[in-house]
This record gives sequence, C-alpha cells and structure tokens, in this order.
Amino acid sequence: MDGQAAVIELRQVRKVYQTGAIEVEALRGVSFAIFPAEMVAVMGPSGSGKSTLMNLMGCLDRPTSGSYRLAGEETGQMNDDRLAEIRNRRIGFVFQSYNLLARMTAVENVELPLVYAGAPRRRERALTSLERVGLGPRARHRPFELSGGEQQRVAIARALVMEPSLILADEPTGNLDTRSSEEIMALLQELNEREGMTVVLVTHEADIAAHMGRILRIRDGLLERDEVVSNPRHAALRPEGKL
Amino acid sequence: MTLLESLRSALSAILSRKLRSFLTVLGIVIGVAAVIALMSIGEGAQARVTSSLESIGTNLLFVRPGAPPQAGAQSFQPTAGRLTLADAAALTDPALTPAVVMAAPEVSTAVQAAVSGSTVATRAMGVTPEYETVRNFTVAEGRFISEADVEAGSLVTVVGSNVAEALFGELSPVGESIRLSQRRFRVVGVLESKGGTAFGSQDNLVVVPITTAQRRLTRTLTARGADQVQVIYVQARNASLVDAAKEQVTALLRELHDSPTVDDFTITTQQETLATLTQALGAFTIFLGAVAGISLVVGGIGIMNIMLVSVTERTREIGIRKAVGAKSRDILLQFLVESALLSLAGGLLGVALGAGASQLVSNINIGGTQVPAAVTPDIVLLAVGVATAIGLFFGFYPASRAARLDPIQALRSE
Repeated sequence: MDGQAAVIELRQVRKVYQTGAIEVEALRGVSFAIFPAEMVAVMGPSGSGKSTLMNLMGCLDRPTSGSYRLAGEETGQMNDDRLAEIRNRRIGFVFQSYNLLARMTAVENVELPLVYAGAPRRRERALTSLERVGLGPRARHRPFELSGGEQQRVAIARALVMEPSLILADEPTGNLDTRSSEEIMALLQELNEREGMTVVLVTHEADIAAHMGRILRIRDGLLERDEVVSNPRHAALRPEGKL
Repeated sequence: MTLLESLRSALSAILSRKLRSFLTVLGIVIGVAAVIALMSIGEGAQARVTSSLESIGTNLLFVRPGAPPQAGAQSFQPTAGRLTLADAAALTDPALTPAVVMAAPEVSTAVQAAVSGSTVATRAMGVTPEYETVRNFTVAEGRFISEADVEAGSLVTVVGSNVAEALFGELSPVGESIRLSQRRFRVVGVLESKGGTAFGSQDNLVVVPITTAQRRLTRTLTARGADQVQVIYVQARNASLVDAAKEQVTALLRELHDSPTVDDFTITTQQETLATLTQALGAFTIFLGAVAGISLVVGGIGIMNIMLVSVTERTREIGIRKAVGAKSRDILLQFLVESALLSLAGGLLGVALGAGASQLVSNINIGGTQVPAAVTPDIVLLAVGVATAIGLFFGFYPASRAARLDPIQALRSE
C-alpha cells in the first residue's frame, strides 16, 4: 500500500483544549495513514481522544500542531470556509443519530450537500444516491416516516452523494437494533468492495469493529495499537437495494 | 447556497410552524396596518382640506379686520379693526390695485330661515354680486344678488341647496317668500350644491344683499358710522400676482385707514392658509406615523426574540448543515432571509389590514363630509420596505449567532 497516495495522513497531530486555566491535551502526537479502499475502525474508551480524532479527520476542527493531509491536501492552515468546502466535497458523514433534517423529505436531505456545493442536476443525483442504498421508493418520505435503519441509509446516501474521498461514520449502528446494524454494516462493506470507498468508523463495539479490515486503538491521546484484522466478519444481511 | 435556495428553505421553515410564525409577525402586522391606516387617513384629510380650500375660490386673499397676530403674543384678543364697504369698493380700482380682479365683502350671521311650518338654522351671508364669481358659486335656478339689490338693500335672498331642500323639498323656492330673523325675504335664486368641505357644508346658507344684512340682520357699525364688513375676499388676476395683490391691497388699506405703519387689518392668501393647514396636518400625520412606527420597532424586537429561540432550537440543524458543507455566510443568509421573509409577510398582511381599516374610515360620514383615505403606492412601499428592513435589522443578530456556531458543539446539542 505504500506506493499509493494516502486518503488520510496524520503526522504528530496534537490537540490541546483550553478549559479556563487548565489545558487538556486530547491528542498527544498521533501519526497514521489510511489508504484508499481501506475499512478502518477507530476504537477507544471514552476520554481516549477518539472523538477529537474524529472531529479532526472530519475537518470540523484543526489540530493544535502537527500535520493532517486529506487526499493530499494539508488542512491544518485552512480557514473555516475552506474547511466547509473540504467537508462538502471530500467527506461523507454518518452519525449515530442519523442527523437528518426532520422538515425535509429523504431526497431533500440527500440533496443538502449538493445545494451547498451549488451542483447542477441535484434532484437526479440525490435520487441516484438513494437508489444506491436501496431507498429509491422512499424518496418522498420524511425521516419520522422511516425506520431507524432506513434513516441511517438516507444518511449514507447523503454521505455518498458528493462522491467523497472517505466516509466518516461515528457509531453508525449505535442507535440501531442488531438486524438494522447488520444491514448498515453490509451496506458499508458493499460500498467498499464494489466501489472502493474508504470507510473510517468510530465505534466502541468490538462486534462492529470486527467488520473492518483494520483497527486503530486510541488510549490517552495516543495511538495505542494499529492492528490488521486478518479475517473481517462479513455482514450477512444485504439490504434489498441494489448497488 | 443561492438566494433562491435560502428563500425556499426559509419558506419551509416558516410554513412548518404556521401559528408561531403568525404570532411572531403579529407585531409587524399591527404596526404596518397602523402606519398604513393613519398615514392614508392623514393624506386623505390633506387632500380633503386642499380641495375644500380650492372650492372656496381661486387665487384668493382674505382680508379681515384687526391687526395680524404678533409672534409670541400673549393674547388672542383680536385688535379692534375696521373694514368697510368703501374699503372693498376701493380695492377694485385698477389704478391702485392692478393685480386685483375683484373684491367681494361679506358679512355673515346665524339666522333661522323659516317658511310656514318648517324652520332651519343656517347662516346668512351679506354679499355683493362679485361674491358669486369670487367664491365660485353657481346659480342653479333664478338669479344671484344684483347691484340694484345691494343699492336698495332689498329683502331678497338666494338660498343654498340644503336650505332649499329643507324648506321647500322638491318644489322650486324661486318667487316664494321665507322669513329670516322674522323678516320676510323673497327668494330670487337657488345655488347649485358645492358639497361638503373640511370646514362644513357650503350648501347650508342663504345669501342676501350686504346692505340688507348690515341693516336688517346685524348691527355692526364702525366708529365712523360706515357699515362694517367681516371679511373681504380679494381675487388676484392670476396665481403669480397673488403676492403683488397682497402688497397693493396692504398699501391701499394703510392709506385709506391713515395708518402707514400699524396695520389694523390682516391679509392671508389662500396659499398661506393652505400651507398652514397642510403643514399642521402633515405634522399630525407624521406624528401618527411615528406612533405607529413604535409598534413596528416592538414588532421587530418580537421577531428578534423568536429568531433567537429558533436558532437555539435549530442548533443541531445548523450543525448538520455545517457538517455537510454550509459556510458561515450560508447560515447567516438562511436566517436573515427567514426573518426578512417573515416580516415582509407581516408587512403585506398589515397593508391589507391597514387598507381595509382606512377604507372603513373613509366610508364614515363625519359632519356631512368624508375623509377619502387614500392608500397610495408610496405609503404601501414605505410600510413594506420598513417592515422588511426591520426584519433584516432585528434578524441580523440571531442570524450571526447562528452563523458563528461551532459545528462540533452544534452537532452535539440536543
């Protein structure tokens, strides 16, 4: 993999929070690289710094020091508008609580990144993306009319719609029952296998992490272990949608 | 994000909470309605006053006895003055007052006009034949007061349309006799209706020769014994000669009254009267508008309040939007457009309400006259523009708070 350009490359990334007079060092020099088509789980107990790492990788925040390159671009010095652009074009977020806008239909939610990108043929592209996650027929439904698993699939469709460099999933199955969790993991694996999508997933469930090809364990602001999963679990339940 | 997208998003946000949106803009609705109603009634009143004053005659000067009120005078007690028929006659001398076409003296007094069985309270105007032209009266039937009537002091009268109708109904009063203050007068003519004015009806009157009025109806003699008049209407040759006429009349009256420095008469032109009245009404209108404007500001604060609540409630939405690529200015625009749209909608509702109210007012008959409340496009534009500006102004602070939200914090919020 060394010959390939990394999707994500962190070098000695530190993040210090100033809480009043107290400085909290959430990340104390983390370095790793993630390459295209990898499936990586980030694990760690609460307070380990994994949320901070997630925010940094998602360009929602900047490192205090060190370097973070996303798809070859150094993001450390970018201003807020530029970071917003990077999030828009390079990163597809999937959150634990789906984070769909309740007022909007599924397809309108999926369109949202296209709106901010000023992209043409928005409705068409959003519908295509919904079909990729098997929710074409549900396009006009609002979030409250969908099951948790369906809502998360809408969120994945939204994450995919800009053709990002990576999908960043934060506990994507945290609110789902086992069956829906399996579906979501199956969907992510399928996206990875068929389309070579890079997936980075934060979880504390070993069960979920076992679906990934690699696990980064964070503890006390440091990368504790970087392990390869020799035989990742294959999610059995495929959603009815066709990729 | 384009403005169109912002508009669509704002519209959906507003419509998703209809009752709350309506209550939010209620202050603006009431404020704009009040501004529209009060301003249009004010404008209507001004138009009414202007047309009333114009219906009195054109290019007129009003000459009244008594010194002009001094600035800062403690008392409104009119200074003793005198104006006589001789003065009025002298004012039409083309050699002395070339700018003057006509002068019409008037003496008036309240009288009871009666025929057998019915009585009506009216005003008797003692006039000369010039009065008809100067005051824009038209005789509908019969004739006006003649020179011979004035010379003879005859007991003849021309009745206003209201008086004719009240005393004679549909029948023609010409040739009939009526009693004015217990004296029998012969009706020689009927005036055409001029309609009500802001100063009362011009149809409820009877016209008699000025000499008759002075001798039979009033007893106002000057020190010198000459019969006094209460006002002389002087008509200037044209609009540009009104000021010249004023100067000439002033010079002549000073000479006639042997008082080269102190005036014992007052001249006001129609323009001055109009200016004074419209100025007063204009100030009144602006005052009313300002009072109504206060409620607009209150309405704006209401919008700011609800927008702040809305930003807090939608913190997570803002976080989501930022996560998927919204820039700060996108969020700013979204909330600004939302508050501007809210107050614009409130403004339009207010215009409808205010127009309805002023329509209602203009249908009310106040003392024989109506105020034609005119909702002009500039009032509407002003009100709607101010409402939108208020929405933008009071929406800016909540919107900039929304725009400044940190996406991580925003996403974490419930």
